[in-house]
Amino acid sequence: MQNILLNIDAGTIDWSRAQFALTAIYHWLFVPLTLGLALIMGICETIYYKKLRAAESTQTVGFWKETSKFWQRLFGINFAMGVATGIILEFEFGTNWSNYSWLVGDIFGAPLAVEGIVAFFMESTFVAVMFFGWKKVSAGFHLASTWLTGIGATLSAWWILVANAWMQNPVGCEFNPDTMRNEMTSFADVALSSSAVDKFLHTVISAWIIGAVFVVAVSCWYLLKKRHTELAVKSIRIAVVVGIIAALGAAFTGHISGQDVAKTQPMKLAAMEALYNGGTDQGLTAIALVNPICQPDYANEESAPLKVEMPYFLSLMATNSIHGYVPGINDILNGYTRPDGTREPSADEKIARGKQAIAALQAYRLAKAEGASDSILTAQLSIFNENKDYFGYGYVTDKSQLVPPIGLNFWAFRTMVGVGCLLILFFGLVLMLAFKIPFFSVFTRRLLSAIGLMDEAHADVHGATRMPVWLYWAAIIMVPLAYIASESGWLVAELGRQPWTIQDMLPTWAAVSDLQAGSVALTFILFLGLFTAMLGIEISIMLKQIKKGPKES
Amino acid sequence: MTKEGFWSRAFHLYYDGFRSMTLGKTLWAVILIKLFIIFVVLKIFFFPNFLSSHAEKGGEADFVATELIKRTH
Repeated sequence: MQNILLNIDAGTIDWSRAQFALTAIYHWLFVPLTLGLALIMGICETIYYKKLRAAESTQTVGFWKETSKFWQRLFGINFAMGVATGIILEFEFGTNWSNYSWLVGDIFGAPLAVEGIVAFFMESTFVAVMFFGWKKVSAGFHLASTWLTGIGATLSAWWILVANAWMQNPVGCEFNPDTMRNEMTSFADVALSSSAVDKFLHTVISAWIIGAVFVVAVSCWYLLKKRHTELAVKSIRIAVVVGIIAALGAAFTGHISGQDVAKTQPMKLAAMEALYNGGTDQGLTAIALVNPICQPDYANEESAPLKVEMPYFLSLMATNSIHGYVPGINDILNGYTRPDGTREPSADEKIARGKQAIAALQAYRLAKAEGASDSILTAQLSIFNENKDYFGYGYVTDKSQLVPPIGLNFWAFRTMVGVGCLLILFFGLVLMLAFKIPFFSVFTRRLLSAIGLMDEAHADVHGATRMPVWLYWAAIIMVPLAYIASESGWLVAELGRQPWTIQDMLPTWAAVSDLQAGSVALTFILFLGLFTAMLGIEISIMLKQIKKGPKES
Repeated sequence: MTKEGFWSRAFHLYYDGFRSMTLGKTLWAVILIKLFIIFVVLKIFFFPNFLSSHAEKGGEADFVATELIKRTH
């Protein structure tokens, strides 16, 4: 069995993959907090603006102004630390993944150019107004700038996610055998594909969770320290509403995203579920004994050992029918017939057709270079076009190469979903305690009191300051957990599509540049040092500012 | 008193903003050091464009085609 950890130092491909993963994981530490805090600081400033317009007391208006400025300051730290970290990914495309980079150049060019323009003009302009403009522009213009900063950041994320979604579901393009590039045939198909829309919604909504957890945790820390109580209580009330909506929204968009994966990347779904042999009426695996490191013996085992499943749920979630057909890993490798009678070819058939496509491409380019007649060129192109959907399979020498790391996918998916459910519970609990919701709030307090998790004296009292102390600590612990869930989501998305850099079109070993493994390993180690230092600096500055707190008005 | 023009106000927004920064000075120092490392050190010394340095100008498609066809064998 393939040992995944040992493969990390096996060569250029694995070092390049590890380096890309390291950079992406590090970059994703900053992005969700930027998007999440942008929403919460926007809400805080909107409240400030409304209080100002309503001519409420100077103290109330001042409080909301300082609250907005405080969260904006923490946003600014995170923004400054995260800025440009994503550019390194583009460097890696050009150096480590040159074949891939050339093949996707035309598709990626447009979204990344739009992203660059939007990011530069919107963010740099409105961030400056947000931080420097409190005394320089009107309150309305300042509020608009704050929201536009967040919208700019979110739009930037949109284009990056469009590019990522295209790799997972390449639509709206045509491969040009003369230029060896994928050329865009429909910008709308690329930008608004189901994969792009699902990915954008799920990713951005999950980023709001990170922002909400962060705000609740910082506020709870103040409550523990008995400092800035008003800011803490009111911030918790805003963040918990954002958090519960986002957590439920992430569950829903995750389901929609899962249905898209079932259609476009069935092997990813099978790996996430450790579903070796599929069929109709499939249950959703709650837990099973799947080795996270070594690839299981999926070819010979009927199913993962000690599997506990929810009957029919996988079929229901993937196909909207409890009797729906969900293919397993072996079905995908051996070929299967869908309920509508269409047949999915086996891996062997796809490999054979992929080889035909590559041979036809070679013959076409050779014939063209030799000035062959149009009829010869057309004949070769015709063979290529008949088989091009399986082009990438032509590089596969063993069909086990088509199976992503099952254990990592299985556990990363369960980590994401498990922590997601915990977050729904956490936000739900804080919501009940922070607001006076008829029946539910008192019920929650009495329930907590009955099981000894809350002082009886507080059972009928409302207000976030009456949250039990353990919940303050739980809020702080939820921050790293939420990050782990968020990164796990990306692990599922990216590990699950292995071996493809572009689905069915280009496997990693065809996409990678012909580099020395040692040079990629060196930059990996450099990045590890650089990223660790940067993260240390951010955490240090952030903690210092949190300790310092808002300026009391 | 004459009303300031747009460009003048924009200039003063940035000028006064940068002058009165406190935490921002530290953040800008971190950003500039980071940009220097990314664009000067990493880009020039560690991340040259592979195709630019290995393929002839205008011959990138041929280079990639050769690479992709070679890897099937």
